[in-house]
Amino acid sequence: MAGFVAPDYLIALPEILLAGLACVFLMVGVFTGNRSTTPLTVASVAAMAIALALVLGFGGEKRTSFGDMFIVDTFTTFMKSLVLIGAGATLIMGLGYVRREGMNRFEFPVLIVFATLGMLLMISANDLMALYVGLELQSLSLYIVAAFRRDAVRSTEAGLKYFVLGALSSGLLLYGASMIYGFAGGTSFAAIAEGIKNYGAEGPPIGVLIGLVFIAAALAFKVSAVPFHMWTPDVYEGAPTPVTAFFSAAPKIAAVALLLRVVLGPFHEMVASWNQIIIFLSIASMAYAAFAAIGQRNIKRLLAYSSIGHVGYALVGLAAGSEEGVRGVLIYMAIYMVMTVGAFGAVLAMRQKGQMVEEIADLSGLGKTNPAMAAVVGIFMFSMAGIPPFAGFFGKLYVFLAAVNQGLYGLAIAGVLASVVGAYYYVRIVKVMYFDEPTEAFDRPVGRELTAVIAASGIITALFFAFPAPILQGAQAAAAALFP
Amino acid sequence: MIIQTIVFYVLAVMTVGSGLAVISSRNPVHSVLFLILAFFNSAGLFVLMDAEFVAMILVIVYVGAVAVLFLFVVMMLDVDFAKLRAGFIQYLPIGAVVGAILLAELILVFASGSIDISKPAKMAMPMPDPAQVQNTEALGNILYTNYAYLFQIAGLVLLVAMIGAIVLTHRARVGVKRQRIADQVARRPKDAVRLTDVKPGEGASWKSD
Repeated sequence: MAGFVAPDYLIALPEILLAGLACVFLMVGVFTGNRSTTPLTVASVAAMAIALALVLGFGGEKRTSFGDMFIVDTFTTFMKSLVLIGAGATLIMGLGYVRREGMNRFEFPVLIVFATLGMLLMISANDLMALYVGLELQSLSLYIVAAFRRDAVRSTEAGLKYFVLGALSSGLLLYGASMIYGFAGGTSFAAIAEGIKNYGAEGPPIGVLIGLVFIAAALAFKVSAVPFHMWTPDVYEGAPTPVTAFFSAAPKIAAVALLLRVVLGPFHEMVASWNQIIIFLSIASMAYAAFAAIGQRNIKRLLAYSSIGHVGYALVGLAAGSEEGVRGVLIYMAIYMVMTVGAFGAVLAMRQKGQMVEEIADLSGLGKTNPAMAAVVGIFMFSMAGIPPFAGFFGKLYVFLAAVNQGLYGLAIAGVLASVVGAYYYVRIVKVMYFDEPTEAFDRPVGRELTAVIAASGIITALFFAFPAPILQGAQAAAAALFP
Repeated sequence: MIIQTIVFYVLAVMTVGSGLAVISSRNPVHSVLFLILAFFNSAGLFVLMDAEFVAMILVIVYVGAVAVLFLFVVMMLDVDFAKLRAGFIQYLPIGAVVGAILLAELILVFASGSIDISKPAKMAMPMPDPAQVQNTEALGNILYTNYAYLFQIAGLVLLVAMIGAIVLTHRARVGVKRQRIADQVARRPKDAVRLTDVKPGEGASWKSD
């Protein structure tokens, strides 16, 4: 055991702030009751905004703290910013829903803050144990919010399903971590990398590889890549819509960040081993999502399959294994976050006579009854399908470019073919909106905060091609941090 | 040495035996009692390994708190264990097949001679010398100094678990009689007591206002 070094608290300031404020919010909620839900939600968004400012302010060059367990560099800055923006936006969007649909309980914003804190800790993890506790803090909060409408059968089913399968994946992760600790001789990422290097030319023993496979399977579950995706459609459909929006925006980004950090950090020497796993996950996710989404009638289920597919596309960049590929993944995740927040915002606005509806058929004739919303949803769908000039096209462009530059032609071709199939179900929604007979119009007004979020993400999606520089530069700097 | 070996085997056999009894006994109360026996025997095994702190914690936490809690749950909740077990037996074959395949794969890998136990990993953290550092002190060093960060986050995880248990199960019930001390203290004699002159032959009557 090395001597005790006082930790550098300054770099963990955003996390410390969120942890402290979450406890304060909990106390306020306990003493004032459920009428403080809305003020606490606003306060939580403000806390995330301050945390974002701190992340951007104290980010930058690489620093570690807490005995090398906690790392901050340009990569964590980029990913944490995405997570905080996604979490904050979905929390604002859900305000109206939470008030109307019997979810008006003060624990909701508190749990979302804890989940966000867990994600920040995951992104900053530099040790297998730190990775695990961050992941558990996040997952545990998510299981609870999935089952938050405890009187609705679908919501409790979603929570239970997520919990059981999530516990299984945590078990796989721990088993893999124990293997790696035993064979590489450490839990810190730096120690694992050195342990693997020490085995020399003959390569590390097969135990390390087994551990890596177990950890990759557990993380694939968290990003819901095929074949570990089974929970996604049911949980997305069953959970309350603001929770689903949160699920598809923030935790995915944190899990992808973790996957990147783990395979490129400690296992950098074993590219040839994990590369095959990533390529398989990528092709399987893209192809499965494209075909399975065709038959869906429920828009939340459709978006669940869509998110599985998007993870597949993002993994194309990781399979390339180059700095360019990682940059592609980061750009893809940033654009995906914006699109998915906007799309779920539109789902939250789907109300007829005060009731939430979520069938695709309910959208029919939206082009006539509500042209503005139909136009925005159209932008999101074209963008998700990857049609220029919308943002989604550029996301796909960068990952496929990286794959082609690394000679992965098969993977790039599979990706392009899958996106052609995927375009069918995205464009079908546009067809339903503009060419089908109008049914009941949606209730108006949809709420100021919801309109603002949908409009903002619509503008970013539509105009990304004109002002791509901030995301591109951020992703470039972040990717460079993983390739020292 | 021979005594230690005998004690080890006695404790080990008892642990495994009571573990089997936990899952095979029909009466759930017996299961919990066997669980307690298993905990005690494992504590004995820890003492044999000079890990007296862990042994005591095992007895205090698991026997003292967890097992007793189980006992309460088993006795107070009306859980149909026969029904639960029926589902278990239904899924047993497929579960056993999956488990057996995974086990066979791992055995194949580890038996293929690729693992050299004589060459331990180089970076492994050295164990502190038992003669220098006491059990409790070594654990304290790890928990509160080196791994204080993990300790704090684990605390947050437990807090979230507690919030979750309350959010998902607590219901505010109506018609519950509660003691409200403020109301009791604020109550004055004139609210509750009235002095009346009772005329002979009429009796007292109470009309609340």
